[in-house]
Amino acid sequence: MNNQKIQNYTPGSHPDLLPPVKTSGPLAWVRKNLFSSTLNSILTLFSLWLLWSIIPPFLDWAFFNSIWTAANREECWDQMASPALGACWAFIENRFSLFTYGFYPPHLHWRVNLSFVMLVLALIPVLYEKLPYRKYGLIYSAIFPFISGWLLVGGFGLETVDTDQFGGIMLTLILGVTGISFSLPIGIMLALGRQSNMPILRILCVIFIEFIRGVPLITLLFVASTMLNYFLPPGTVFDLLLRVLIMVTLFASAYMAEVIRGGLQAITKGQHEAGDSLGLTYWQAHRLIVLPQALKISIPGIVNTFIGLYKDTTLVLIIGMLDLLGIGDASLADAQWAGLANEIYIFVALFFFLTCFGMSRYSIYLEKKLHTGH
Amino acid sequence: MDSPSSKSNQASILLRLWRNQEHRSTIIQIFTIVIMLVFLGMIVRNVDTNMRTIGKEFSFDFLNSPAGYDITFQPFISYSPTDTHTRAGIVGLLNTFLVAISGIIIATILGFTLGILRLSNNWLVSRIVYVFLEFTRNVPILLHILFVYGIFVYTFPVPKKAISISDTVFFSNRGVYTPAPVFEEGFKYVFISILIAILIIFFFIRWSRKVQDTTGKIYPVFYISIAILIGLPLVIFFSAGSPISIEIPALKGFNFKGGTSIKPEYIALTFALSYYTACFIAEIVRGGILAISKGQTEAAHGLGMRPNRTLQLIVIPQALRVIIPPLCSQYLNLTKNSSLAIAIGYMDVVATIGGISLMQTGKEMETMIIVLLIYLCISLFISAFMNWFNRKMALEDR
Repeated sequence: MNNQKIQNYTPGSHPDLLPPVKTSGPLAWVRKNLFSSTLNSILTLFSLWLLWSIIPPFLDWAFFNSIWTAANREECWDQMASPALGACWAFIENRFSLFTYGFYPPHLHWRVNLSFVMLVLALIPVLYEKLPYRKYGLIYSAIFPFISGWLLVGGFGLETVDTDQFGGIMLTLILGVTGISFSLPIGIMLALGRQSNMPILRILCVIFIEFIRGVPLITLLFVASTMLNYFLPPGTVFDLLLRVLIMVTLFASAYMAEVIRGGLQAITKGQHEAGDSLGLTYWQAHRLIVLPQALKISIPGIVNTFIGLYKDTTLVLIIGMLDLLGIGDASLADAQWAGLANEIYIFVALFFFLTCFGMSRYSIYLEKKLHTGH
Repeated sequence: MDSPSSKSNQASILLRLWRNQEHRSTIIQIFTIVIMLVFLGMIVRNVDTNMRTIGKEFSFDFLNSPAGYDITFQPFISYSPTDTHTRAGIVGLLNTFLVAISGIIIATILGFTLGILRLSNNWLVSRIVYVFLEFTRNVPILLHILFVYGIFVYTFPVPKKAISISDTVFFSNRGVYTPAPVFEEGFKYVFISILIAILIIFFFIRWSRKVQDTTGKIYPVFYISIAILIGLPLVIFFSAGSPISIEIPALKGFNFKGGTSIKPEYIALTFALSYYTACFIAEIVRGGILAISKGQTEAAHGLGMRPNRTLQLIVIPQALRVIIPPLCSQYLNLTKNSSLAIAIGYMDVVATIGGISLMQTGKEMETMIIVLLIYLCISLFISAFMNWFNRKMALEDR
């Protein structure tokens, strides 16, 4: 039919053909990426509808109708057109000191602040490779956990603070940083033990790793809070925070060991043999040849374990320690602010998201930087 | 011993032993064993003295005494406070399994969907999924559970003002109430017909494979199987006179009666666990599909395979090999994370045996040992399955 129509044109009267479909520019991009097929068009329209029904109401709630200063919930809701129309961020602001320091004595808050600053200073040499005098910086980073432990707990000339007064962001960071800084060396040792050719050492490491990986962290925390005191010599009083720190570290190091084992297995036998032929001892060969390569391969896994550990620190709320989530959850019971669950959960979620997302971005950056292969 | 020469001689023997790699490793191992034994001995002695000073006894007798607490959620076996701690533990274990299995099913479906959407060539869809995945994965699971539970408790109305969907499904802060099917006499025929349909499908698949091998003719096996599986029971169902009635929940007093009630704790836990795990599964699925090089698809197209069959015969089997091991460990994580039930009061095995039974009997040792052993068994079982599967699927190296 089409053919006949074309044949009917008299020469010279042929209408102009349509210009070809654009293959560049915004319109072409939209056509290619959003409306390339019927299914894609439906998906795009559905997504647009989804965004439209989520984002504007959320922005209204979180920003345009929100209240930032008030003494309690009633006062907060009185300022809105109708109760609970917007977020009551005044809650967070009002409790900010509690969320940061827990029940740490207010006149000693400078010690926590100083620790935060020292933590940032300790992170710099670890994260930036080009720092001048990085070697000395790393020594400082290595002893930082002990210095800040002394600063926070007190003793030796400082006023002592009970660890059950620790809480909020401070406790979350204590658990996270301790777990992260101690689980890596222990994990490396366990991984080497699992790879070792001494059967007894190997079996012990395997049993330890598989046991820890086989049970949930919460049961280990229960063990720490209820059962661990039985294992200690009679009369010893072991701080709950310390017991939890040990359990969290052991838990993370078992996972770390498996990640590093993956890296160690990827190193070919030739590398070990090269070390042997140079006359290096086991430790020299591992320190100079094997581990630098194995750790480089396992960076994504190591950082994932860090992130997992950091997120898992929230579990301490179940055994009654008030980390950031624990304090937030406990604040919901306060009659003055009851019913503001969303504000609290979003605040805590945002805190964790920013820190964890930062860690995973850094791992991607590091991976790219260390990727020296072809 | 007496003269200095024999002393240095002895030292050199020890030194020589130490310098020999084999002997050195023997010495290290003997030392390790000795240290371990001393350590264990110390622990056992400490436990013994500590227990004796408090006046506790290590025994599992408490398992046979009445538990004395109620479990609000017991969908499988009946339980009352007069039952033993063992039965309470079994109810808890079944609740753990319920959450784990339903969570795994939902997480798998959701995870594969998200993973495929993440790879979609639709820019908007893949961006939205990316933001959702990143946000969910970087927030602790406990927060997700508390958040979803909080939505139920703080946002949903009391049963009297429950949100209803055409008066059959009700949402309230005490749970979701749905109509329950009541099976009548003739329903067993429908059940039997389902079994027969499965049998027919089994033989049909074998026959069609044989036909394909001999003649090359391909039947749409998947659609025919689905048709048999749904069609046959449906025919029997209507010819038996629809032997099923539906009980609709109704508000009586302060709560709903009739129908099925699903507790908010269960919904919150299952939902939070499944979407959290689904985000990790989505990344695994995405990685698995991307790991199959484009050459494989192109080779299949070059052989004249249609896109559907390329996916089915070339891409998916290879991608599964990459996907399944990490997928299994996600299943394991979900099962272990289900122990967070205790935070919102869902009665799983940790909350019953390791929680209330522990508090009531004061048997920290025994209860914790039981809980740890249960989780170890589950983990070992899943890892054994994973290893078996890995061996079965492993590439045949030349």
